[in-house]
Amino acid sequence: MQHLLGFGIPGVPYGCTYALVAVGLVLTYQATGVLNFAYGAQAYLSAFVFTYLVQNQHLPVGVAFVISVVILAPAVGLILDRLLFRKIAPANVIAKLVTGISMLVGIPAVLSVLFTTSNQYNPPSILFDPNVVYFHLVGTPINGIAVTCVVATAVTLIALVVLMRWTNLGLQMRGAVESRRLIELDGVNSGRVVASAWAISGFIAGLAGVLLAPIYGQLQFSDYAALMVAAFAAAAWAVLRSLPVAVLVGILMGITVTVLQGYLPVGSIWSSAALTSLPFVVLVGALLLVPGMRTLGQDKDPLASVDPPPPPIAAAVRAPEFDRVIKILWYVLLVAFSLSMLTWMPKIWENVFNAGLAYSVVFLSITLITGMGGQLSLCQATLAGVGAFTAAQVADRLGANLLVGALVGALVAALVAVVLATASVRLRGLGLALMTIAAALVFDNAIFAQVATIRGQSINVTSSSVGFGILNPNGRAFFVLAMVVLSVCVVLVLRVRNGSIGRFLGAMRGSSTAASGIGVNLTWMHVLVFGLSGAVAGLGGTLLAINQQAVNTQTFSWSFSLVFVVVVVTTGVSTPEGAIQAGFSFVVLQQLLTYVPSRLGGNSLLVILFAFGALTYVAHPEGILEFQKRRWTMRFERLLLRNRTSSTDISGPDAGATAGDGQLARVAADSDPALDR
Amino acid sequence: MALTANAEALLRVSEVTKTFGGVAAVDGVSFSVRPGESVGLVGPNGAGKTTLFNCVCGQLRPERGTIELNGRSLNGMATFERARLGIGRTYQRVEVFSDMNVRDHLIVSVRARWRQGRLWRDLCNLSKPTADERERVDAVLDLVGLSDRADTSVSALGLGSCRLVELARALIAEPVLLMADEPSSGLDVHETRELGAVLRQVQRDQGMAMILIEHDLEMVAEVVDRTVVMNLGQVVAEGHFDTVMADPIVRSAYLGLHE
Repeated sequence: MQHLLGFGIPGVPYGCTYALVAVGLVLTYQATGVLNFAYGAQAYLSAFVFTYLVQNQHLPVGVAFVISVVILAPAVGLILDRLLFRKIAPANVIAKLVTGISMLVGIPAVLSVLFTTSNQYNPPSILFDPNVVYFHLVGTPINGIAVTCVVATAVTLIALVVLMRWTNLGLQMRGAVESRRLIELDGVNSGRVVASAWAISGFIAGLAGVLLAPIYGQLQFSDYAALMVAAFAAAAWAVLRSLPVAVLVGILMGITVTVLQGYLPVGSIWSSAALTSLPFVVLVGALLLVPGMRTLGQDKDPLASVDPPPPPIAAAVRAPEFDRVIKILWYVLLVAFSLSMLTWMPKIWENVFNAGLAYSVVFLSITLITGMGGQLSLCQATLAGVGAFTAAQVADRLGANLLVGALVGALVAALVAVVLATASVRLRGLGLALMTIAAALVFDNAIFAQVATIRGQSINVTSSSVGFGILNPNGRAFFVLAMVVLSVCVVLVLRVRNGSIGRFLGAMRGSSTAASGIGVNLTWMHVLVFGLSGAVAGLGGTLLAINQQAVNTQTFSWSFSLVFVVVVVTTGVSTPEGAIQAGFSFVVLQQLLTYVPSRLGGNSLLVILFAFGALTYVAHPEGILEFQKRRWTMRFERLLLRNRTSSTDISGPDAGATAGDGQLARVAADSDPALDR
Repeated sequence: MALTANAEALLRVSEVTKTFGGVAAVDGVSFSVRPGESVGLVGPNGAGKTTLFNCVCGQLRPERGTIELNGRSLNGMATFERARLGIGRTYQRVEVFSDMNVRDHLIVSVRARWRQGRLWRDLCNLSKPTADERERVDAVLDLVGLSDRADTSVSALGLGSCRLVELARALIAEPVLLMADEPSSGLDVHETRELGAVLRQVQRDQGMAMILIEHDLEMVAEVVDRTVVMNLGQVVAEGHFDTVMADPIVRSAYLGLHE
């Protein structure tokens, strides 16, 4: 018992920070319906600024705390609310997730551009001296960090409980989660209520950030990302509703981690893999066992029907004549591109475009799962990694060509996706996103590390393992291979989209209730689209590995899964063209940024561009490129077919600018659907 | 409460109970529907009518009781399996596939009902609508009066048209039992009369059974053969429309009229 307590007590400060962040997540969700993925980044931002002000600007701790936590943190919360989340329709779960994710990857990138280093050492404690042992508890020394964490957490939690249970603002916050528009009809200023919630939760994020910093000794974003998973797990057990449960699970997790650290043999696979995976296991447990998590994120707003319908894709609104012109232009572009790649393209740009083709295949998997399946998967880079690592291991162990390994890799990635889909069969929206990110982190921490080497060496792709002159620096074989793979994948995706399965998936996206009511097997569709997406991602992963001539864990880390989603939704997630545009934008911008002085940010600038580009998803859920395509298509159409009645239907955010022709005229007899329904 | 014990019953609901947090939304309900029969299910808001529908369709699992279709137990059967047995449904809160046009609603329904969606057919580009499918879609759209909207996205339709899309989507699957949940909600008087005529005609032509939840009692009287009245989760009366509406219990519970 003495041992147990001795191991467990040091876990309480960790648990307190988990609890604080979990409470902040619950509070934000309760008041706004947003599961804020950016929370870890908000915490990191405050901790970074706090440490910077104390260590680099030599400000007193109190002043730095006021600036970074009392002023900056709530301000960031208010900015997120005012500029982003407030504009998202309550029912649009994917837009909320993508916006949060884009901030999660964007804020640290901004910091690394503004400041030369994003890592700082020995962050200070806000209350008590970390080097002083204030007392002993069951023989365990309790230093200033532990005391600070416990005191700050307790005070914050008591204040929050009082706020939520016994104040008018707390009551209004609880009402706002159901429908902010409904409480507005009761005379409540819902904007102020929601803004208050964002400010308070921002403050808590900042507080958790500065509390956590001295525990680790070094300030780095990865710790805050891990903190997020632990907080997600605690919040999930609380069904994003109960503050006491979130606190309890958070603290228990902190204690469990240090107890396991104490008992598990040092250096064993258990202490290295299982321990780091504990928060993910707890999260998965909550997702599978807590019934409330299955329906989380499903729209309950009685006034949701006043939201406008989603905008159509460009291909759906253009006239048939124009459709033919566009198709011909696509073929011309394809032929011109292929001829250029095979003849005069400079080597440097040839490599860039080859990488673009490989990324396009991986991104097509996101088109399948998100664009067609209507679900957000945050483990597509992981599935690509499963394909690549399997291909490399199979090629090595069986002495087979890597291209044969690629097919096996695609199959294994599909199987992993199917297992994941089967395990998460009852989850949709938020729950599924959390499940997939948990899976990505488990693979990163526990599995990829085991398969990332062959005979103790990192895995390099050599000419002999691929053959066919594909890695010949003077040849064009890789381009031909990548074009064939991409073309086959695009054709298959299009056929699925235009076929029965695509229609079933469209029905599921529109109304899963009605889809099952007409005989669509939702479980099978869920598993099928995951499996297909896994196969495409796996194939793309191996293609990417061949292009990079190496298979390593960095390329397929969980953070890339987030970046990939952000990149694809920025350009357009509904169509294969969107995935290809995303693939090429990703590598072309990367290349262009090499011409920019590195002090301006390098790759961080790329992340920033896409992260902030993804924010346009709020206004244009079809993707910014898809939006521009539709806009320009309609302008050309009006110009070229001025004297003819267009057959277009232009419902969507830009409908006001272009209304008056096409189907709208025909449906004019119907009253305004948004108001009517 | 009277249980219609009928050996020829198409649908037999026996002692079905569904509770939410200890409150019995449906409490030991029993009734049956014969093939080709049209039954009105009426009662005040909160009587448990839609909950009962959800239990029959499989969207809710009752705690007690059995539900049989053509003598086959539906207990434990998933919603999509029940749909494939021929249970068609429209919804109280309209449920359409927002990014599809009207025609696709019907095609997807046909293919789901008869399990015609196959991945290999999609991959081989063999999933384009067949002449037979197009013909059937056109016939049903003509029946419900949506022919001129076949290629319109449902996002551009008003509530009344969306209700017709729901009905067409159910009808094209040639259900043996159609369960219509307040189909006239949101329609004006003229549209309601037309809808009633369509329902009567389809039922007569296709010989399907129908359960109609409806607050428009005039429409119920015109369409149904028999009426079941529910109140507080229980069946309080059953029989011919005029008879049950004259029942003092019904007048008290449903219409708020006291003798």
